[in-house]
Amino acid sequence: MTSAAAAGSPVDGWLATLAIVLSLAVAVWALVAAVRQRPPDRIQFAGLAVVELALLALTVVALVALGGGDRPGEPGAFFGYLVTLVCLPPLAWVLARMEPTRWGSAIVCAICLVTPVVVVRLQQTWEVVGG
Amino acid sequence: MAETKAPERATNRGPGRLLIAVYIVFAIAATSRAGLQIATKFGEAPVAYLLSALAALIYIVAAVGLARAGHAGRRVALACCSVELVGVLAVGLLSIVDRELFPDETVWSGFGSGYGYVPLVLPVLGLLWLWRTRRDPA
Repeated sequence: MTSAAAAGSPVDGWLATLAIVLSLAVAVWALVAAVRQRPPDRIQFAGLAVVELALLALTVVALVALGGGDRPGEPGAFFGYLVTLVCLPPLAWVLARMEPTRWGSAIVCAICLVTPVVVVRLQQTWEVVGG
Repeated sequence: MAETKAPERATNRGPGRLLIAVYIVFAIAATSRAGLQIATKFGEAPVAYLLSALAALIYIVAAVGLARAGHAGRRVALACCSVELVGVLAVGLLSIVDRELFPDETVWSGFGSGYGYVPLVLPVLGLLWLWRTRRDPA
């Protein structure tokens, strides 16, 4: 894994990688559904739930590290991204439920593409402190 | 699908809902970030943080406007998208011309380069969507 470079970062490890991979998988699945004019299916909703669980676990790990005295490089941005991150899958869930058309799948796809970006930004805002 | 003679297409259906989703994401991101920055280190870059807060507010109002979909909602969304486009262009230019003005990043710095230029594309998509769904009530 990539954790060797930043051993001190709680948001850079297999859990973050898992969240990114899961999110991208759901994005691809949702994209196929959107292209095929299909509304969001069970797999998309289940996928969103699993991604959310991974993100919540990541949040817990980060909070535990904070409790242990570790501090992110840019606290303001870090917490901003963390809050945004855990809101993403529920947001996709609610909007996709409201939109039982291909555009519902497009919403799931878009949000699942944004999620990995936010995870990476989260990692970057933690690491700045080293220099 | 079967709606034949809709006088004014709702802005909160189909692609519109996708647009609203992206607006909400940016509303959450900008609000949480600006809120924390203002609460913790407002003195460092007041202009940048206030601007982030303003951007956050505009994203929220735009999302609400699009979601409400009625005549008033459209007008609100139109105003927000316009202000947003002018804002991202002005701040983008200013952040290149005079770096001193924005010592810390805002959502709109460098034409939104820190956010994959989505802040620049979003108001354009919003205006296009309002244009496409526009149809005078018969």
